Amino acid sequence: MTRFVLGRIGFYTLVAVLLAFFSIPLLWLVTAPFTSDPTYEVKVPDFTLDNFRAVLEHPYALPSLWNSVVLSVGSAVLVVVMAALAAYALSRVRLPGRDALLYALLLLSSIITGTAAMVPLFQLAVELNLIDSQLGLILILTGGLLPAAIFMLKDFMDSTPKSYEESARVFGASPLQIVRHVVVPLVRPGLATIAVWAVANVWGNFLMPYLLLSDVEKQPAAVITYTLYTEGGQANLSMLSTFGLLYSIPVVLMYLFVSKKYGFRFHGGIKR
Amino acid sequence: MAAIELRGLTKVYPGGVKALDALDLAIPDGEFFALLGPSGCGKTTLLRTIAGLETASGGSVVIGERDVTALQPGARDVAMVFQDYALFPHMDVTDNIAYPLRIKKVAKAARHEKAAEVGARLGLDHLMDRRPGQLSGGQQQRVALARVMATQAQAYLFDEPLSNLDARLRLEARTFLKKLQRELGVTTVFVTHDQAEALAMADRMAVMESGHIRQIGTPAEVFQRPANTFVASFIGSTPMNLLDGVARGDTLEVAGCKVAVPVSAEGRVPDGTAIVYGVRPEYMTYSAEPADGAFGGKVAIVENLGASHLVTLDVGDVIVQAVVPEGSEPLVGDDGYALPRRDRALVYRDGELV
Ligand SMILES: Nc1ncnc2c1ncn2[C@@H]1O[C@H](COP(=O)(O)OP(=O)(O)OP(=O)(O)O)[C@@H](O)[C@H]1O
Ligand SMILES: [Mg+2]
Repeated sequence: MTRFVLGRIGFYTLVAVLLAFFSIPLLWLVTAPFTSDPTYEVKVPDFTLDNFRAVLEHPYALPSLWNSVVLSVGSAVLVVVMAALAAYALSRVRLPGRDALLYALLLLSSIITGTAAMVPLFQLAVELNLIDSQLGLILILTGGLLPAAIFMLKDFMDSTPKSYEESARVFGASPLQIVRHVVVPLVRPGLATIAVWAVANVWGNFLMPYLLLSDVEKQPAAVITYTLYTEGGQANLSMLSTFGLLYSIPVVLMYLFVSKKYGFRFHGGIKR
Repeated sequence: MAAIELRGLTKVYPGGVKALDALDLAIPDGEFFALLGPSGCGKTTLLRTIAGLETASGGSVVIGERDVTALQPGARDVAMVFQDYALFPHMDVTDNIAYPLRIKKVAKAARHEKAAEVGARLGLDHLMDRRPGQLSGGQQQRVALARVMATQAQAYLFDEPLSNLDARLRLEARTFLKKLQRELGVTTVFVTHDQAEALAMADRMAVMESGHIRQIGTPAEVFQRPANTFVASFIGSTPMNLLDGVARGDTLEVAGCKVAVPVSAEGRVPDGTAIVYGVRPEYMTYSAEPADGAFGGKVAIVENLGASHLVTLDVGDVIVQAVVPEGSEPLVGDDGYALPRRDRALVYRDGELV
């Protein structure tokens, strides 16, 4: 009995410590921007808005957030459209070696956006005149995300009954009509998941834009964060915390919006 | 509207399952045709091959005057109701019914008007804004029918459309469907494994067994004169008595009893041939008194069928069943005699009707 109680106490202490460990940085993130002259401590803020003014006046801070939006939304759109078509085809057509192909793609994808492929990717981008171009970056990021997206979406497609599509086929719908009218609405929650996942991935990606975009006007927020120093070469905590808060809000909002809008699935129409 | 003709239709699935074996079938224009058979005999395959969802391995499908064997499903001008209805869950009833018209590029207003018209005809007026998930099984079935009706196709294909309904609703739907088909006059092929359904609804029917058609005929023909022992044992709410016997001059020796040669087989069974004697329990006259040409035995089981009883007699080491009207049922253990009707009994030789 005592052993049990002690065990419980130990367990909850551990949980509390872990929780504190993870929540203190978050607390810091919401308090520091409203504190004049923040340090690494979590303090009760004095609710100043000076830090926000400073971020607004920074020449690259706000434009970089817009760049992040362009990059992540662009990649997400490409990923969703291409992954949906590929996953549908792979789910419905029996190809010899289909599963092997999928697994190989999945393995390779971790290399594409991984450090191993940095140099060849950089050279490729130079050759194609896609260096320092947001389009080039979007294409490369899309390529890295596609295999995993196809893999996840194929699972969604596999689990939707075929008779919906067959029914549409008998009515004379073309394959693209079937995808638009039937498949996409049915797997919409899956598409939303992939889109959110892609946006979050690109939003947080530092290395690729850092390497491929040298023009500071094109750089996304993740890279700009890295440049927020004081004249003395110290990390500028007031700027960093404020910018960090602005940087994280859109992603949180997106999660909330999507889970509210697509956090359900359609049921019925197939009698089981 | 069009006739359907199948010539030597064969379907072999990858993996070697021969689901259809050189099938010939002609369904005239406007007919309500039922395909009946045990599970796995190839009914769904046949329907899907007519629709074009499966490509035929051999033979041809002709709808109207057109050979459609090589055409895509959408080009065959048929409409199909799936066993699971396959209503689109993200569209309301109106959009579901109007979907075939949307594919044909009919303007939105026109197709919604048509959907409303067809829906009203099937009693769906108050449900037009609902999603399929908000409908009962019977309502979903009617939406599926309405969607098919909106196509104005040459032929309708139904795959067990009633099998998901409960017994009561099924009877209603049966009458409803038959009436509807009468009114529309569209050639309809209807798959079922419920023989009562086939007998009740079809103008003509085919009985299938492992990829072959074993008999084609009107329900009355199939019920009264099954062409072979397979159909005989498959059709009928109480299974037909099928008893081994031998021809002995102008009588038959069946289960140790001497019975008269049925009218249909008179003079066609030479002395000494081994036969199977078939007679439906409904075509037996039961009595407690011995009679000439009757099967005599002890009553083993009495089952209540509602307005009548099914009496099972132990005759030697085989069983013979007879239907006995209400009020005159025997007790288990009584001696009983079942006299077959000569004009209804049948004789099979080598499994085929004589
Ligand atoms: N896609 C397929 N691949 C391989 N074999 C199949 C396929 N579909 C059906 N079969 C086989 O073909 C045969 C006929 O199947 P079918 O579905 O046509 O039967 P059915 O008469 O409709 O049966 P039920 O009454 O159970 O629906 C069966 O032996 C089945 O196992
Ligand atoms: Mg079937």
